[in-house]
Amino acid sequence: MPPLLELKKVTKIYGGGFLNKDNQTIAVNKASFTIEEDQPKIVTIAGESGSGKTTMTRMLLGSITPTYGEMFYRGKDFRKLSRRERRQFQLEVQPIFQDPFESYNPFYKVDHVLHAPIKNFKLASSKDDRDRMVVEALHMVGLQPDETLGRFPHQLSGGQRQRIMVARALLLKPRVILADEPVSMVDASLRATILDSIQTLNKELGITIIYITHDLTTAFQISDTILIMYRGNVVEHGDVERVIHNPQHAYTQLLIDSIPQPDPDHRWGELVRATGTDMVGTGKQRDIFGIEPGIDVEYDEVEPNHWVLRSDVAMNGQTPAGSSAEPAVPAGS
Amino acid sequence: MTTATPTVTGSVQSNISDEVALRVEDLKVYYETPRGTVKAVDGLTFSLRQGERFALVGESGSGKSTLAMALMRLTRPPGHIAGGKAILHGTDLIGLSEEEMRKIRLSQMALVPQGAMNSLNPVMRVGNQIADGILDHLPEGAQKPSKDEMRDRVRDLLDRVGLQPMVARLFPHELSGGMKQRVAMAIGISLNPSVIIADEPTSALDVIVQRQIMQTLGRLQEGLNAAVILVGHDMGLVAQFADTVGVMYAGKLVEVAPVRTMFKNPLHAYPRLLIDSIPTMDEKKKMVGIPGMQPSLLNLPPGDAFAPRSPLQFSAEDARVEPKLVEVEPGHWVALSRPSVEDFDKYAHLVDYR
Repeated sequence: MPPLLELKKVTKIYGGGFLNKDNQTIAVNKASFTIEEDQPKIVTIAGESGSGKTTMTRMLLGSITPTYGEMFYRGKDFRKLSRRERRQFQLEVQPIFQDPFESYNPFYKVDHVLHAPIKNFKLASSKDDRDRMVVEALHMVGLQPDETLGRFPHQLSGGQRQRIMVARALLLKPRVILADEPVSMVDASLRATILDSIQTLNKELGITIIYITHDLTTAFQISDTILIMYRGNVVEHGDVERVIHNPQHAYTQLLIDSIPQPDPDHRWGELVRATGTDMVGTGKQRDIFGIEPGIDVEYDEVEPNHWVLRSDVAMNGQTPAGSSAEPAVPAGS
Repeated sequence: MTTATPTVTGSVQSNISDEVALRVEDLKVYYETPRGTVKAVDGLTFSLRQGERFALVGESGSGKSTLAMALMRLTRPPGHIAGGKAILHGTDLIGLSEEEMRKIRLSQMALVPQGAMNSLNPVMRVGNQIADGILDHLPEGAQKPSKDEMRDRVRDLLDRVGLQPMVARLFPHELSGGMKQRVAMAIGISLNPSVIIADEPTSALDVIVQRQIMQTLGRLQEGLNAAVILVGHDMGLVAQFADTVGVMYAGKLVEVAPVRTMFKNPLHAYPRLLIDSIPTMDEKKKMVGIPGMQPSLLNLPPGDAFAPRSPLQFSAEDARVEPKLVEVEPGHWVALSRPSVEDFDKYAHLVDYR
C-alpha cells in the first residue's frame, strides 16, 4: 500500500522571478518525508522562526505547491489529483491552528464551527445524526457538551476553545491532523490538557499527528519522531529520544542547550555566538552552521533511526575556524 | 545533554546590597468597568534591593503586567492606581506629578517593554530614537550634550547591547526581533537607571535569541548594579535569571522566595503546580496541568482565590478566610491559608486565626 503522504526532495522558493534571481528565498530546501497510514505516529516538525516550518505546513495541507520536488497522496502525484481525490485529501488531512480565538467568529455560537464542516461535506443525514456526531466528537476531546454548546467563544476558556477546534477536525474522521503550534497561546496549566487530548487521538483513533512547534520540550514529551529544521533544511531527524538526548548537528545542540531549564542550579553556559537569526545582513555572512541556500542534502545515519545532515562544518558546537560570525555581545561590555 | 555551567552569567545572590531600591506597599490597581471593579493588582507588597534580580511570574490575567505599568505610572484609563505606595529611593512615585514622574522615567527607572517591535517609532532612525530618549529625560540641570557627544553615547550604548554602530542609521523595520529588543534595552539603560523593569522582554523570540537577550540583560544589570524586575510567565526563564521570585495569582502575591527555595521547596500549592506543569526533556512522563480556571477578577469573592483549584483538603469555611502574606523564614513569604498550603498547621501560629 502506498504511503498516505510522501514528500520527495521538496523545495519551495519565494520571490525572485527570472529577472531577479538574487532576491530569492529558499523557504524549504529538498525536504523528504513519509507518512505511513498503518503506523500512526506523532511526528514533530520543530524549528524557530524562519526555519521553514510554516511553509512546510502549508505544503502538507496542499495550500501551496512546491517549486521543485514531488509530493504524493496515496501514491498519486499531488498535481494530478482529480477533484474528488482532492476533496478526499481535504477530509483526511485536517489542520488545527495556533490561536483558537482567531478561528472563531465572535458573533456565532461555538456550535457553528462544529456544524459547518458537517454541512459542507454532507456528513450527517439528519439533524439528530448531526447532534449525535457533535456530542461524540466533544467527548473524544474530554469536553462536556452541556458546558460548551450554545455558548459564545468568549464565554469559554482558551483550553476549551482549542479543544473544540480539535473536535471540529475529528468530525471529518481525518487520518492526519496537522497541529500548528496548538499550545503556544495557552498558559502552562492548560497546555497539558490539550496535548493530552491530541495524544489520545493518536493512541485511540490511530490518527497520525504532525505537531509543528518551536518548543522542543513538549515535542519530546508527546512525539515519536522529530524533524529539526533550520533555515529551510531538515538538519537532523529520527527517533525523538535519540535526537534530543544525543543531538549530532551543531544547531540542534545549541538549540537544546538554549532551552531555559527550570532549575536554578543548571544555568546557561557562557554567551552563545550569534546565529543567522540575530545578525545584520545575514545573507552576506557565512552561516555558522554551514547552511547555505540551496545546499545539497545528504544524511548520515548515526545510530538506528537517527539521521543528521552531512556537513563540512565541525560538529559538537564548535564554530568553524575562519567563520565571519561575530559574538553576539562584545566582551567587556 | 545540557552542558550548562552553574552560575556563569547569572550568579545567584551575588551583588545584592541591603539597600532597598524600590519598596512597593499595598499597591492597588483597579479597572472600572460597567459591570464592576476589576481588581487587577490588589494589595501588593514587596521590596527590591539594589542589584537584585526579582522575577514576577504569573499566568495571563494575574496582574503582573498591570503592576509593571503602574510602577512606571503608565496605567491608562479605565485603569487607575487605587491606593498604596511605590517608594523609589525614598520618593513615593504614586504621589508625584506627571512632570516629576517624567524626569524619573529612564533616568532612575526604565521599562524594557513587551514586544519591542511595537514600541519603537517606525519612521525614526534607531540612533535618533536613542538620542531622543536621552534628551527628553535628562536630569535637572544636566548639560545638553553636543552632537558629537551624542553620537558617541549612542555608539557606546549600541555596543553595550551587542549591536554594531551602523545600526544607528537603520529604521526599526530593518531589524530582526532580537535586534529590536536590544535597541529597546539600549534606550532603557541610556541614563543609567537604578531600576529596570523588563516586561516579558523575550516573549516573541526564538530560544537561542532569547538566551542571548537574557544574558545581555544580565550583563547590563551587573554593569549598572541596577535592580531588575523581570515580568514573565516562563518558569524556565525565571530559574535561569532571577535571584528572587514572586508568584502572582489573581492580583496578589502568593509566594516570594529566593530562586532556589522557590524551585526546590515551594510551600504554596500554586507555584508547586506551576513548576510541576513544566515538561522536561529528561524522561517521557504524563504531563500534568493545573485543573480548573483562573477566576474572573470582577467581583472576586473574599478568601483564598486559589482554593477552587487546590488539590488539598479543606472546608468551605477555610476557603473564605483571607490569606495573609507572612515571612515564614528570612526572605521567604507565603500567603498562608489552609486550602493552599500543605503544612499550614506548622505555620498557623504566624497568623491570628485558628
